[in-house]
Amino acid sequence: MTSLYIHIPFCKRKCLYCDFLSFTHTECTDEYFDALVREINAFDCEKVRSIFIGGGTPSFPDSGYIGKVMEALGRYNIDKDAEITIEANPGTLTAHKLKAYRSYGINRISIGLQAWQNGLLKKLGRIHTREVFLNNYEKVIKAGFENINIDIMFSLPGQTYEMWMETLENVTDLKPAHISAYSLIVEENTPFYNMELALPDDETDRKMYHDAISFLSSKGYRQYEISNFAKEGFSSVHNCAYWQRKEYKGFGLGAASLIGDRRTKNTESIQAYIKGTSVAESEKLTKADCMAEYMFLGMRMNEGVSVSGFKKEFNEDMLIKYGSVFKKYEPFIEIENDRVRLNERGFDISNMIFCEFV
Amino acid sequence: MSNRQSKIRNFSIIAHIDHGKSTLADRLIQQSGLLTEREMQEQVLDNMDLERERGITIKAQAVRLIHKGEDGEEYTLNLIDTPGHVDFNYEVSRSLAACDGAVLVVDAAQGVEAQTLANVYLALDNDLEIVPVINKIDLPSAEPERVKAEIEDIIGLDCSEAPLISAKANIGIDDVFNKIISNIPAPSGDENAPLKALIFDSFYDSYKGVIVFMRIFDGSIKKGTKVKFMATNKVFETVEVGVFGPGQFLPVEELKAGDVGYLTASIKNVRDTRIGDTVTTADDPVKEALPGYKKVNSMVYCGIFPADGSKYGDLRDALEKLQLNDAALKFEAETSVALGFGFRCGFLGLLHLEIVQERLEREYNLDLITTAPSVIYKVYLTDGTQIELSNPTDLPDVTTIVKMEEPIVRAEIILPSEYIGTIMELCQQRRGEYEGMEYIEETRAVLTYKLPLNEIIYDFFDVLKSRSRGYASFDYELIGYEPSRLVKLDILVNREIVDALSFIVHEDSAQEKGRKMAEKLKKEIPRHQFEIPIQAAIGNKIIARETISAVRKDVLAKCYGGDITRKRKLLEKQKEGKKRMRQIGSIEVPQAAFMSVLKLDEE
Repeated sequence: MTSLYIHIPFCKRKCLYCDFLSFTHTECTDEYFDALVREINAFDCEKVRSIFIGGGTPSFPDSGYIGKVMEALGRYNIDKDAEITIEANPGTLTAHKLKAYRSYGINRISIGLQAWQNGLLKKLGRIHTREVFLNNYEKVIKAGFENINIDIMFSLPGQTYEMWMETLENVTDLKPAHISAYSLIVEENTPFYNMELALPDDETDRKMYHDAISFLSSKGYRQYEISNFAKEGFSSVHNCAYWQRKEYKGFGLGAASLIGDRRTKNTESIQAYIKGTSVAESEKLTKADCMAEYMFLGMRMNEGVSVSGFKKEFNEDMLIKYGSVFKKYEPFIEIENDRVRLNERGFDISNMIFCEFV
Repeated sequence: MSNRQSKIRNFSIIAHIDHGKSTLADRLIQQSGLLTEREMQEQVLDNMDLERERGITIKAQAVRLIHKGEDGEEYTLNLIDTPGHVDFNYEVSRSLAACDGAVLVVDAAQGVEAQTLANVYLALDNDLEIVPVINKIDLPSAEPERVKAEIEDIIGLDCSEAPLISAKANIGIDDVFNKIISNIPAPSGDENAPLKALIFDSFYDSYKGVIVFMRIFDGSIKKGTKVKFMATNKVFETVEVGVFGPGQFLPVEELKAGDVGYLTASIKNVRDTRIGDTVTTADDPVKEALPGYKKVNSMVYCGIFPADGSKYGDLRDALEKLQLNDAALKFEAETSVALGFGFRCGFLGLLHLEIVQERLEREYNLDLITTAPSVIYKVYLTDGTQIELSNPTDLPDVTTIVKMEEPIVRAEIILPSEYIGTIMELCQQRRGEYEGMEYIEETRAVLTYKLPLNEIIYDFFDVLKSRSRGYASFDYELIGYEPSRLVKLDILVNREIVDALSFIVHEDSAQEKGRKMAEKLKKEIPRHQFEIPIQAAIGNKIIARETISAVRKDVLAKCYGGDITRKRKLLEKQKEGKKRMRQIGSIEVPQAAFMSVLKLDEE
């Protein structure tokens, strides 16, 4: 079983915090999708577990382009229960597009709301308002989507604790199946990086985080990863594949793949990609790399990592190999039955712990 | 006096730092036609990189100049360059003892400075004829007449005929040559007497073994002569004798009374050829050695540890190699709970320490952690014994101590009068005892203070310079030991004593030093996953405390398929940063923290 990722690098406008590979030039949309279909056609794989169409803004180009991609993917053996997700920006959705997506077999949609307050949305450089989002959310429901994710963010410039709680309340009132709640990362190479931002301090950030976990839990959303929450049975199959180091293949500009013990990454130059170059970087992972990834990806999830799974994959005893790390960070780690996992405070300082594994 | 000796002059150049000693030496070498300007690297005599960079001379050097005098005769002028720092006073005094005269260089703008005085006293102690020279007369701020008057007033030297020169601009150099020949006495040794020569330096060469620099007072020496070093009682057979060409050794048949030159005798250890020792012949030795020899003692000690524990062997090799040429450097193995295996090293002074440290880092490519320098304390115990303590960690339990004594120096500070107030304040802060003040002219004075050595070994010189905008100059000499109320200040990180951070301090300043230390460490030690108390303590009594709060947030919110490789690289970088730290219990302490004790007065 494998998972597929499709990258759509076009956006109506770049958000100020975004460091994903995307641009607002659309002149070469046709050529790009041709190249994408070509790349898909050149690949063979066994059964497909999940497909994720991400970006950029996949909902920005005409839905016909997505149709072409889905048509190309149609020649793979896609599991009948496969999770097929498309990312959407509320400012780009129409009833027509949504209907088309459903007809291609897309059964999950991930909508970027980010914040409830229009003032904050403006500061983030988003193209939509809360009203536009609500209007489109209704269309998404009408189109028949039952597996819906809403992306929201905290620790935003100018965001108060109250604003964050208001966002959580209103989003949970809509009862989506899945909510992703991210603490803002101010990345280099984004406009935010060079701006004077009034960011909440670490103490407020963590209060927002921990209170979100308990609030969401009270509303029936179980945390299953550092930033992800879902109703029972609605964890993202596709994203879990990343954290569980399952095989995945990425198509499109800058898309990454893990096949066997090799990680590859496609070119980030759209000209080169259109001309037919795909893979730009390829790294064969050592056993040590694989073990490190097993730990720092698996422990992002609430279920943590499996001691027996580790033994089976690497023929090493995790409790011995990382015994000193587990001891050093004892207050942050739970070891129970076959599993080792971080607790809530452990998530807060997870990088400190993860770097002990590399 | 033989005709040969009448054509020899043995001299050195003395000056305060930056008054142009090396520039004048270069000029003399160049004028005597030994090297063309193009051939001559800047400042031939200072040949260590470090010496050039700092503008100071660390090792004594010598060069033989041939100069045609006003009388048309050819003279051999042996220039012995002396180290230019108080740490090396003993070496300076031995170099001077090898001379018959000294050229005193004084900057025409700066006038007499602390080291000018200190060097003149050393020269006078050795009965040298002093030839004053006023340098840098081409500077717009030059006041040669005022400076001449100052030298006459303060030192009592007749300056009426002092050459007014600019070594840099090549003005008045001939005049300097003429004064050397006319004023400095020629040597007057007995060529037929038993060999009596003074070692003023030695140098280890991997091909020839130790090369001994010496001045022959009486007798002669040639290949095959069996020589005896009187202080160490070692006997060697001479392999080669020679004189000092510019930047090279020139073998000669024989060295005789009055000459300055070198000998080699397949000597493996620089320790056998101590500076100040007398060389004689084994078969017909002189009865009495030359006066003035003493074994040099370390004044300052510190621990030197490799930043990477696995480099211990490399550090030992490097220290051994440095010691080949630096008999004053001492070291012995030391183990620290915090820093692992390293060496306790003894130095002549703080400059010597810095030089050794820099050479280890640069020439041997070692990354080091140096602990706070310590002086030698005398500790008197209840059982009637006395120990000399150079490592604070070794201080016995306080209940067994009757009293402690610390080394005291007499410091002379020459400074413009407007800074007298602030510098007196500095000396008071450093427990100085005022001894006197003298105006050397209307706007400049000499301040004399008695100061504990441990108050000046960290940063006194830097603070003195900054508070006087660079105008104050400073020199000191050890005058003895005095009882003092001293305590050991311990630093506890997460409730554990970090041995490498302990230091001895006067009781009255313990509180303040402890507080500053705790504040400094709070800044240096990164936050951990838990709160870390930093405490300063004397015995069981905590006198200062700071707390490093726990990390609240170190998390990457997003990590999907495209982020994993980059994420792994970030974690590797984070781990690399941790690796460069020292693990003390469960705390990771950066190397800089161990040096922070040196810089308590910076802010």
